[in-house]
Amino acid sequence: MTTLRHNAKAVYVITFREFKKFVRERSRLLGTMARPILWLFVVGGGLSRMVQPEGGVSYLQFIFPGMIGMTILFASIFSAISIVWDREFGFLKEILVAPISRFSVVFGKAVAGTCISLVQVLIMVVFIPVLGIHITLAQFFLLIFSAGMLAFSLTSFGILVASRMSSYEGFNIIMNFIVMPMFFLSGAMYPVGKLPPVLKELTHFNPLTYGVDALKNVLLSGAAGTSMGPEYPLVFDLSIIAAFMAVAVVLANWSFRKAG
Amino acid sequence: MSNIKVENLTKKFEAATAVDGISFSVGPGEVFGFLGPNGAGKSTTINILCTLLSATSGRAEVAGFDCASSPDEVRQAIGIIFQDPTLDNGLTAYENLLFHAYLYDLDRVTARRRIAEVLALVDLTARKDDLVRKFSGGMKRRLEIARGLLHYPKVLFMDEPTLGLDPQSRNMIWEFIRTLKADTGITIFMTTHYLEEAESCDRVAIIDLGKVIAIGSPAELKAGLRGDTIRLVAKDNDALAAEVRERFGMDAKVSEGAVTLTVERGEEFLPALIKTIRAEITSVNLTKPSLNDVFLALTGKSIRDEEADPNNVMRAMARSSKKRGH
Ligand SMILES: Nc1ncnc2c1ncn2[C@@H]1O[C@H](COP(=O)(O)OP(=O)(O)O)[C@@H](O)[C@H]1O
Ligand SMILES: [Mg+2]
Repeated sequence: MTTLRHNAKAVYVITFREFKKFVRERSRLLGTMARPILWLFVVGGGLSRMVQPEGGVSYLQFIFPGMIGMTILFASIFSAISIVWDREFGFLKEILVAPISRFSVVFGKAVAGTCISLVQVLIMVVFIPVLGIHITLAQFFLLIFSAGMLAFSLTSFGILVASRMSSYEGFNIIMNFIVMPMFFLSGAMYPVGKLPPVLKELTHFNPLTYGVDALKNVLLSGAAGTSMGPEYPLVFDLSIIAAFMAVAVVLANWSFRKAG
Repeated sequence: MSNIKVENLTKKFEAATAVDGISFSVGPGEVFGFLGPNGAGKSTTINILCTLLSATSGRAEVAGFDCASSPDEVRQAIGIIFQDPTLDNGLTAYENLLFHAYLYDLDRVTARRRIAEVLALVDLTARKDDLVRKFSGGMKRRLEIARGLLHYPKVLFMDEPTLGLDPQSRNMIWEFIRTLKADTGITIFMTTHYLEEAESCDRVAIIDLGKVIAIGSPAELKAGLRGDTIRLVAKDNDALAAEVRERFGMDAKVSEGAVTLTVERGEEFLPALIKTIRAEITSVNLTKPSLNDVFLALTGKSIRDEEADPNNVMRAMARSSKKRGH
């Protein structure tokens, strides 16, 4: 058996590699950052003239937690999908033949996805004062904590899916049938309470719903009780995310091990 | 004491038996070649030995550890250069090596020292901070070899290390192999379908359709064949043949405008022949038996035929297009 310290080193270097490549590939950062910022100001800015503010929260402010959720969703899934690239270009063999546990590989990828997501969340944080949202330092840390949990669970979920894909062709399927529905059915764009009953039912099974709700709890606490505010208590949101995270990590590990 | 021990190893895929009950062992410090046409089962064997694939039956042991029950120990003890490239093109040469060093638990100081060492060995020190994407096929291969040596493996596996490379890079890689053998005493297991490369190995196993059909040093394998072939062309071939028969009592045949005879140690016989013969000889050709002749004698087909196989060309193309991407 390999030692814990050795595996920790592997996790570190796997994260280091992803980070290095992330920083190097500016276009990727630009692409993932441009999307939520564009949505925020084009969609949010446009619709905020038609949607009445509630509980002191404008529509522009309302979709901000959803845009952070979007940032995390895309960054996490993109990070996880790098496993498919690694397999396609052979690099995965270099990792698989090394004397480290399979779990370290999965864990390393998940940590990398989390860190990369958090960097992008930190960039989004710049808009908090711009949008006229006020948060305390404690709320800021709570925001990062919730974002980190969501990112870790979504990356693990992405690894679960990606570990079974042998080529990049499945990418569009993932985008169209997993990522986009997850985004639209999360309460990021409109209050969950205002969705038609069938769709509303679906949001309950979407982990991103609780992620976005946790972010609303932190960022839009003043609107609690109105349809612009959070649906559930923060503790409830975080518990669901934690449960999802545990299941996703276990399944990702199992799936990756099986796929070899 | 042997560094690789394989007993009755079999690997079945749904469609085919890729490896069919092979047995062999490789001693410490040996350069062992696995020679066979495409699809013979070479890569499958390597993948089992390096613990990426599990065998259907049989046993494989590397550096004293069982590949199935102690994969981590085997992994720590081996270095491997896969048939298809496994570098990260988005990292620099140095970063690729650093990544490897950490995966193999080298500490920072040792890692730095060894990276410098292997970069110098493969002559890439000047390019260490360049992205691998910008490297030529030969440079990438050299970098992979450097990486495979970074953790001082006891056994180095190389799956077709020179496939698709230009002659200059191939020569360079063979120079490393010889240097390594002389300097470190590392055990090298390599596969190839190039006959000239197999000639340079200490011992060779010839594999076809998943079975080892012959094993031994290149000289031993060829010793089983009838000897060297001498081809002579003279102004009057019939007169020449008659003279050879008369003076040396040899069975000289005339065909296709030449006189052919078979003899042991042709290089010693040839000067004597030319000195004594009076007929005017215009061309002399001496051919040593090759491993291809061994393969031909055992299977009735030629390994060389396989090199022109369109599948091979496709593979090589797929390989080079993969190298470009990412
Ligand atoms: N993963 C696999 N699934 C099914 N068949 C395979 C697989 N890998 C190899 N084979 C088959 O096993 C045989 C041996 O392949 P391989 O070991 O790659 O040969 P070589 O390396 O000598 O060219 C081939 O017929 C090949 O098609
Ligand atoms: Mg092969």
